[in-house]
Amino acid sequence: MTLPMLVVAALFVGVLAYALFGGADFGSGFYDLTAGGAVKGAELRTLVDHSIGPVWEANHVWLIYVLVMWWTAFPETFASTMSTLILPMLLALLGIVLRGASFAFRKYAGTLGQARLFGAVFAVSSVVTPFFLGAVAGAIASGRVPATGRGDLWSSWLNPTSLFGGAIAVGTCAFLAGTFLTADAVRSGAERLSEELRRRTLAVGVVTGAVVFAALVPLTRDAPTLTDGLAGRAAPLVVLSGLAGTATLVLLVRRRPAVARITALGAVAAVVLGWGVAQYPYLLVDEITIADAAGAPATLRALLVAVVLAGVIVVPALTYLFRLTQSEEWTHS
Amino acid sequence: MTVSALTLQLLTAEDPAGLLPAREQMALSLGWHIVLACFGVAFPAMIFVVHRRGIVRDDPVALGLAKRWSKVSAVLFAIGAVSGTVLSFEMGLLWPGLMGPFGDVLGLPFAFEGLSFFVEAIFLGIYLYGWGRMPPRRHLLMLLPMATAGVVGTFCVISVNAWMNAPAGFTMVDGEVTNVDPWAAMFNDLAFMQFLHMWVAAFMVVGFTVSGVYAVGMLRGRRDAHHRLGFIVPFVFATVAALTQPFIGHLLGGNLGDRQPAKLAAFELAETTESPSPLRIGGVLVDGEVRWAIDIPVLGSLIAQNSFTEPVPGLDTIPPEDQPPVNFTHWAFQTMIGVGTLLAGAVLLFWLLRWRGRDLLERRWFLRFAATAGPLAVVALEAGWIATEVGRQPWVVYGVLRTTEAAGSNSGLWWLLGATVVVYAGMTTGAVVVLRSMARRWRAGETDLPSPYGPEPREEVAR
Repeated sequence: MTLPMLVVAALFVGVLAYALFGGADFGSGFYDLTAGGAVKGAELRTLVDHSIGPVWEANHVWLIYVLVMWWTAFPETFASTMSTLILPMLLALLGIVLRGASFAFRKYAGTLGQARLFGAVFAVSSVVTPFFLGAVAGAIASGRVPATGRGDLWSSWLNPTSLFGGAIAVGTCAFLAGTFLTADAVRSGAERLSEELRRRTLAVGVVTGAVVFAALVPLTRDAPTLTDGLAGRAAPLVVLSGLAGTATLVLLVRRRPAVARITALGAVAAVVLGWGVAQYPYLLVDEITIADAAGAPATLRALLVAVVLAGVIVVPALTYLFRLTQSEEWTHS
Repeated sequence: MTVSALTLQLLTAEDPAGLLPAREQMALSLGWHIVLACFGVAFPAMIFVVHRRGIVRDDPVALGLAKRWSKVSAVLFAIGAVSGTVLSFEMGLLWPGLMGPFGDVLGLPFAFEGLSFFVEAIFLGIYLYGWGRMPPRRHLLMLLPMATAGVVGTFCVISVNAWMNAPAGFTMVDGEVTNVDPWAAMFNDLAFMQFLHMWVAAFMVVGFTVSGVYAVGMLRGRRDAHHRLGFIVPFVFATVAALTQPFIGHLLGGNLGDRQPAKLAAFELAETTESPSPLRIGGVLVDGEVRWAIDIPVLGSLIAQNSFTEPVPGLDTIPPEDQPPVNFTHWAFQTMIGVGTLLAGAVLLFWLLRWRGRDLLERRWFLRFAATAGPLAVVALEAGWIATEVGRQPWVVYGVLRTTEAAGSNSGLWWLLGATVVVYAGMTTGAVVVLRSMARRWRAGETDLPSPYGPEPREEVAR
């Protein structure tokens, strides 16, 4: 493997991790938003608090990791992407800021009124943010971001691929979060809540699956390079994603949410990975390849040192955190 | 008058549409984030001290402080995390001319900063939710990776800013960046001293701010063990920091005259080269003449150049197009020095009198001062950043890339600035409202602060 490929693979691991774990945190906003009034939704909102509270900041850092790796390893494309996609990027950023701040504020809010306000901001921004990040992915995947300079401010992300990308991002986040929350509810013995979550996760899963299929038609016209890749090199991943998604639904129907978490992660990972494989060797589709976009080789080598350190330091620490949150002592509040 | 002068100075030049809003945007978001970043860097160490005392000496007062501070840090670190993310986005959104050509030169320290951010966020999650769920001593140890990550993270971020002042690790050939050595860029000449300056500043800001909270409590008659310990622990940190800072600052500025003569001339308000140079306190440069300044002879040469005769090179030796906004830089610099000296003098006085057996915590005037010391430290911090950033102008990468070349052409950025002001004002209000309500409930005797959104707590668990 060439140096740029190694670095882009490391970068994409970050994209994947953010989509899965950051995505699950964002997705919980959907259930929070639709939980009902303050009394009716109390149990679910407490579960959301408890499930994402210890992990959301760590999961959020994957985004920082991706940005930093991107601007260091592929600086010109970072500049052109940021200039072109300034609007969806800013809207995503706004969502990220509001989500994080209001989540922390809600937990320690002094009155019910404040908690409702912060809670509403948290939930709405959680649902909306993945849309803009999905739209960014769609813009890159459909070849609308130039290698240098600035593309169109509006049509770059208001197009079929971006809109479907955004919708799919919202759906997959909610789907992931649903399986996780259902499993958490089962583990903490909240039967009524786990049933409610299970039903809603199933609905989200069916709708998301339908959106993914509906996207295939406009995608062939709007993003031909991506479609070629999805039908060719990435086809096994697309099939795998469909199988894993279906398996998740079946497992949820059969009340096996703990296992369903794994298949749900697999389904979303396959979609995201499929996008990456489908647009290979392009970094920005139809515009510039990974090899051509790469910055100074000395910097790429240095970045690999950072990646190795991340593997040695961050991954074990993250595993420890996840294991703690799944342990018996941490389950009951 | 200085701000409008700066604005005027900036507007009159032929600038890209994205320049002025980008600078204001950066100043606002960086100036806001840096205060919270200080808490991320310095607060874990202070929590560690009280938490450790609580466990080792079985001291319920200290343990209570640790629990409260950990809840406060949950709020502060969350908004610190998101406001830091804003900066990551802004690097590309506002400064495409910097990130495009130089991203692979300056990016490496950010990658390591990302790692330390990971470590901090992971162990923060474990620490916050670990109360009552982990063996106490192991729980305490979770603070150590956070404190370490604060040191590494500060070094990495500051290393990039130091690189902008003392560029290294590349060569320019016909306007192209070549010969990139990211390690040389990361470990540039200024990185270590500038890191020390900021790291110690973080302890000043947090130490004075937190002790100030308990000074207010004592002013209101709450003079229990809780308040005395809550005051003294952060105050000791702030003392060490405030007394070391002048030396670090002096060493950092040591060869500024050789490195960035325009910045030094602006700091010292040196219009012409005088040998020996005076220390010029206050004063404004009007039409090339220094007005209303107090000059102390020779001291300028002594402090800036470590010499009785060597002058501070005057602004008249520097082409106008390479000069920073002089008055703004000068006043920001002197504000930092003035406040820093005041704070160092105050802690010195406190400990001297305490050594002589007099406790200034019994004096209302001192408590009032201690209550303002936190905001004063923040003023010094912000003034220092203004001094170094505005003093580097018109360059973003000193001597290599002008700020005008780094900005984009997006005039719509004014909308962004307006929206940012609104969001940050909202976030500040939210934080203040929530933190105050936490303090109020604690005073009322609540310990757990259950969410009003949640169901009635089934059992009492310390968290």
